[in-house]
Amino acid sequence: MATAAVATRRPGPGDRARRWASGFRERDTWWAYAFLVPWAFGFVVFTAGAMVWGAIISFTNYSVVAPSHSVGLANYRQIASDPYALLSLKNSFEMTAIYVPFEMGLALLFASMLARVTRFDGFFRTVYYLPVMTPTVAIGGMYLLMFNGPYGLVDQFLGYLHIPEPYWLTDPNWIKPGIAAMLVWQVGGNTVLYLAAIKNVPQQLYEAASIDGASAWRRFKDVTLPMISPTLFFTFVILTVYGLQVFDQIYTAFYNPSNAKISSDTSLMYVIYLFQQAFDYLHMGFASAMAWLLFGIIMVITAFQILVSKRFVYYEGEQR
Amino acid sequence: MSRRWKAIGAFAIAGVVAAIAVTAAAAHSSSKHSTTFSGTLNIMGFGTNGDDVAKNRFAIAQKAVAPAKVNAPNGGFNEQQFLTDIASKQVPDLVYWDRSYVGTYAAKGALMPLDSCIKSDKIDTSQYRQAALQSVTYNGHIYGIPEFFDVRTLIVDTHVADTSGVTGKMLNTANPTVLKQAALKMYQHSGSQVTRIGFDPKLPEFFPLWAKAFGANILSKDGLHPDLNSPQAIAALTYANSLIQAQGGYNAFLAFRNTWDFFGSDNQVAKNQVGAWPMEEWYYNVLASSSPNVNVTAIPFRSKTGDPINYSTGSAWSIPKGAKNAAAACQWMKTMTNASTWETVANIRKAAYAKAGQYWTGLFTANSKADAAINKPTSGEPKKWASIINTVEAAEKYSFALPASPASAQFNTAWTNAVNRVLQGQQSPTQALNQAQKEAVAAIKQATKK
Repeated sequence: MATAAVATRRPGPGDRARRWASGFRERDTWWAYAFLVPWAFGFVVFTAGAMVWGAIISFTNYSVVAPSHSVGLANYRQIASDPYALLSLKNSFEMTAIYVPFEMGLALLFASMLARVTRFDGFFRTVYYLPVMTPTVAIGGMYLLMFNGPYGLVDQFLGYLHIPEPYWLTDPNWIKPGIAAMLVWQVGGNTVLYLAAIKNVPQQLYEAASIDGASAWRRFKDVTLPMISPTLFFTFVILTVYGLQVFDQIYTAFYNPSNAKISSDTSLMYVIYLFQQAFDYLHMGFASAMAWLLFGIIMVITAFQILVSKRFVYYEGEQR
Repeated sequence: MSRRWKAIGAFAIAGVVAAIAVTAAAAHSSSKHSTTFSGTLNIMGFGTNGDDVAKNRFAIAQKAVAPAKVNAPNGGFNEQQFLTDIASKQVPDLVYWDRSYVGTYAAKGALMPLDSCIKSDKIDTSQYRQAALQSVTYNGHIYGIPEFFDVRTLIVDTHVADTSGVTGKMLNTANPTVLKQAALKMYQHSGSQVTRIGFDPKLPEFFPLWAKAFGANILSKDGLHPDLNSPQAIAALTYANSLIQAQGGYNAFLAFRNTWDFFGSDNQVAKNQVGAWPMEEWYYNVLASSSPNVNVTAIPFRSKTGDPINYSTGSAWSIPKGAKNAAAACQWMKTMTNASTWETVANIRKAAYAKAGQYWTGLFTANSKADAAINKPTSGEPKKWASIINTVEAAEKYSFALPASPASAQFNTAWTNAVNRVLQGQQSPTQALNQAQKEAVAAIKQATKK
């Protein structure tokens, strides 16, 4: 009886601590921690530390250059009444709503094409991935050339197809789609992820579907998509976060001091406005409040995505 | 000997001459001060990789503060780095930046007022142009020593003007109706695409110039009271915007302008892609070096009253509060901006240009004494370049600048956004400038709140 009682007892905190401490008798444990320390140090100092500091100054009127004092929740209240903060948040949401499906759709298309390539597949994977290596600032600069009215490379291509060329840089109706198109330049990263996921789909599932008379579209819809849904979900979350936080390319294209002539209310994204508040206007406290608000918004969106994903994402081997 | 080797030889000789001149100028400069400098002078925003004028002045100023060492990393002023330096209480001794920064940082107490520096080093402030001084003066104190001085005149492609039947008299900003007619005469298009801009008003950048030309002062002299939505400012924006809308509309206009090879030999003047536009004086130097045979002239920008006006911007030197080597910083600023230094480096450049067969198009500084001495056409120079130097030099006298403001960046953003909203057809000039006025008032109020 006593033995049975011990066997069914759930391990308490003391047990877990003893087990953790006993791990240090192993040499490998020390090595593992040795490798983790640099990352942990970087995280504490440059991420967690900065976040905590940001949270503190979000309740002050800190400007770096002048003495600061506590302002309570004033910065957070000011965000709600600042028309540019709200406008930039709306712009970021709209641009992300265009960008994420566009990027995922294109990456899936490219991955599906690459999955069929059997010769020189390594070469093609490299070619598709190469644009990911382009510095983001260079992408912003190239955007101005490639999307310049009827003269840019993209517009000339559209003209060749007899599609009217939009003024991506200056027409308020086309600025956000243009920015989304610019971000898709780095689609190769997700293409490679999707390709790996597609290659992992068991062939027998396709064979069984074919025997049942499923068309190529049904095989894709009912076999490929469910089987790669964890990867799709992962990229969906990551791209949403990226879309809401993207800065470099848009700043280079529209807000570089020499390009101020094309900045507009439509191109003003939330993180750009946050940067202006912090480093152009020296409103560090307000900018920190904006950063924490964005963090909260992203957390809520991610939690919602995870909740919804339970209906759509299939994890192989998962017990339901 | 090939032309290439001749040019290399010319520059080598010019280099030797420069070394001798710089040494002499430094000896001249250092003989005037009795203070012994020590330690290191840390400079932000002015490195050693600039052009010949920057390098030669650097050498002169370096000798003037010797035996103090000079630490001047390459790269322009970096606001983020500067803020980090302030936060860590490790400020540079000297910053070289755009004059528009001065008011904001002065208002927040991050800069040293230069009264004692000016007094102790006997810096003659009367040599600096009033417009430049105004943009570095906040609350009655000078916080920066002005250096370069941008002069904006109309650059005219005379080939385009002549072949379009446009005379110099028609390109008169004092007469908006005739100017618009001239713009449309020079403007060309193919369907909806612009193939030549007749007259580019340079919006949004030059809105302050247009506003002033129409009689508006968009910011009070103390930098605390914006007046962006005055009837004159609204009229100015309405007119300047109408010039663009009449020449294909903003989208087509800007898309075409973005195709220009601005710094190359196939620039918009060389290819006759523009009739006229207001521009800073440094662009004449670009034209003289990249396409010296272009048909170009300069015309002063005039206000509606017919008087020439110039919207001036430029750079300045300032000493952050907490600088450890303020004495050397003060001497450095004085040396970099005094007339003898400018004359020395200008003479070196003139000699180098003459030997290389390049045309002298002037060097325009915030020091009026220096400009009077150096901005004279060189002998044997083609008339067009000589005439341009004279026009720019004359325009300098009619300069205004936006006063130092505690919220310069927000003020500039407010009117830039307003102009862009008008250009993109999102608001009327009245709506846009009313909004800009509200934003500017709120920004300055917040910046001055204790």
